[in-house]
Amino acid sequence: MKLIILNDYDEASEWAAKYIRNKILLFKPGPNKYLTLGLPTGSTPLGCYKKLIEYYKNGEISFQYVKTFNMDEYVGLPRDHPESYHSFMWNNFFKHIDIRAENTHILDGNAADLQAECEAFEEKITAAGGIELFVGGIGPDGHIAFNEPGSSLVSRTRVKTLARDTIMANARFFDGDLAKVPTMALTVGVGTVMDAKEVMIIITGAHKAFALYKAIEEGVNHMWTVSAFQQHPRTVFVCDEDATLELRVKTVKYFKGMMHVHNKLVEPPPSEAKS
Amino acid sequence: MPSNNSVSAAPITQFINCRILRDHRLQREDLWVRDGRILDPEKLFFDELGYADEKVDCENSIIAPGFIDIQINGGYGIDFSKPSDDVDAGVSFVAKKILEHGVTSFCPTLVTSPPEVYHKVLPQITVRDGGAHGAGVLGFHLEGPFISAEKKGAHPEQFLRTFQPGGFQDLMETYGSLDGVAMVTLAPELSGSHAVVRELCQRGIKVSLGHSVADLSQAEEAVQHGASCITHLFNAMQPFHHRDPGIVGLLTSDKIAAGRTVFYGMIADGIHTNPAALRIAHRAHPSGLVLVTDAITAMGLPPGRHTLGQQVIEIQGLHAYVAGTKTLSGSIATMDMCVRHFRLASGCKVEEALEAASLHPAQALGISHRKGRLDYGLDADLVMLDDSLNIKATYISGQEVWRKGA
Repeated sequence: MKLIILNDYDEASEWAAKYIRNKILLFKPGPNKYLTLGLPTGSTPLGCYKKLIEYYKNGEISFQYVKTFNMDEYVGLPRDHPESYHSFMWNNFFKHIDIRAENTHILDGNAADLQAECEAFEEKITAAGGIELFVGGIGPDGHIAFNEPGSSLVSRTRVKTLARDTIMANARFFDGDLAKVPTMALTVGVGTVMDAKEVMIIITGAHKAFALYKAIEEGVNHMWTVSAFQQHPRTVFVCDEDATLELRVKTVKYFKGMMHVHNKLVEPPPSEAKS
Repeated sequence: MPSNNSVSAAPITQFINCRILRDHRLQREDLWVRDGRILDPEKLFFDELGYADEKVDCENSIIAPGFIDIQINGGYGIDFSKPSDDVDAGVSFVAKKILEHGVTSFCPTLVTSPPEVYHKVLPQITVRDGGAHGAGVLGFHLEGPFISAEKKGAHPEQFLRTFQPGGFQDLMETYGSLDGVAMVTLAPELSGSHAVVRELCQRGIKVSLGHSVADLSQAEEAVQHGASCITHLFNAMQPFHHRDPGIVGLLTSDKIAAGRTVFYGMIADGIHTNPAALRIAHRAHPSGLVLVTDAITAMGLPPGRHTLGQQVIEIQGLHAYVAGTKTLSGSIATMDMCVRHFRLASGCKVEEALEAASLHPAQALGISHRKGRLDYGLDADLVMLDDSLNIKATYISGQEVWRKGA
């Protein structure tokens, strides 16, 4: 893994956005060669999305030949509900860039047959040639997407019942009314994300520090599903200082010492590489 | 770029780089329009996989719903109350000109006139949508003749009427027909008014209290029977008195049923209402304030003498008097001037000033499900303004119908 440690949330967001920017530029997507990205929702990636929008507005990148697959969506929530992940992606990302609707894919939590919807999603990923870079976050309980503790590390896209903690944490988005919070969600599996060529996890804030420690300094364990990525050949963890608070000093020093090498990954590529 | 959608082949326009008035605040959002209506871009994206055919760069302008003038007697030499054989030409002429002031819909207003005038004029105009030809006609505002002699203002005394003996029947005989009538101004203290108010409301016509000496309880009774508006607050009514606030007291009356709002027209031209009085009304009842021009024939014309209804008026600067007197006969300020003056005099937020000319008149007329807001599905009647609230362009049903400097 590469552990990238930045000073604060804004720097971490910018590093992650530049990494994605470079990915697009170096890949040189075109009408016969789409770049597929896996995308997260939540407060963690907001800064990264803002930066990507900035790079689009500056004319540095285009999303015309980019395909996206989101990680999850609530079950039973109307698609135009302000808290649905469709609304999140539209308001925080899609409406600001030049991506085509047919190139975006978000699980439909109102499908008549949820299982079929999940299977179809997996097929769409396969049809798109697999995912080049899957961007994700981590929950305080170490989950990736809605793969709550105990989820199989080889799981695929499926329906999951949300843990009580998750429901209570989400109540603040639903007028504090527990009855209004969705209890189920569709989510990509750990295995689905593991299939991606590359995985980037953004982790910021002290409340995520313990989960990060469990994910990278302890063993692979289905109670901390992000730990599965220890067995992925190309994983990048982008963190801020606060997220490293539970790590060993030695780990932090080692990776901080590598920043001069890792920062090369986010330098603007030579101009011939621009698409 | 061709439209890409399964629901409609109509082209989609996206207004970008703008601040739109939505949910009572100015927001940095794009505004999408299709088929003359405001479009939900998220639905377009996810349901139809659609995108815009045309992007209009608004250069950081403000976009507000088009202004709605519910009291305008004419302008540019046209007098709506003058019975001619081609009233339509006059209404259309004014309708086209007021696009420059950001007005996208209006209620041509007739002052107190004899029955022959109503019988001749009313049938010539129908409610119709606006467009490149001019602002839309929402229906007539009949101001009089069932008003108080004591508060007639510039209205001709000889044509005032009461509801005796026949009540609503008398009203029908006077006007001839109520087709195409959106609002009637009357004095509720006139005997027999309650039944008339109820009958008008039942027909979907808004009743506005004005040119009246009613005390507060008479005004409240009228509201109970269905009246919902006040015509040019402060003007042509009993002045506010602390032991009997008169019609003005409706702004803070506790006898108004929950869920009902009393709207009040306000001529914010700096002349008809002292700014301090404007502020008192605004602070007492901000959500009911409706900016009106009450513009007369002379609006848009140079100083001098002109006709209004059956009388002659005289212009001196921004003042218009009944010729030979100091009685104000109406305003010659334009709607956008009123919006700017209101904002300046009241110190209110830009959003409030804009809503007083768009959302509130739409609510007063009961058409806020179609106009007066930039919400999805509503008519795309828009006005583009700079930060000083000067009009840069006017749109009706999503089409540009006027642009400054064009």
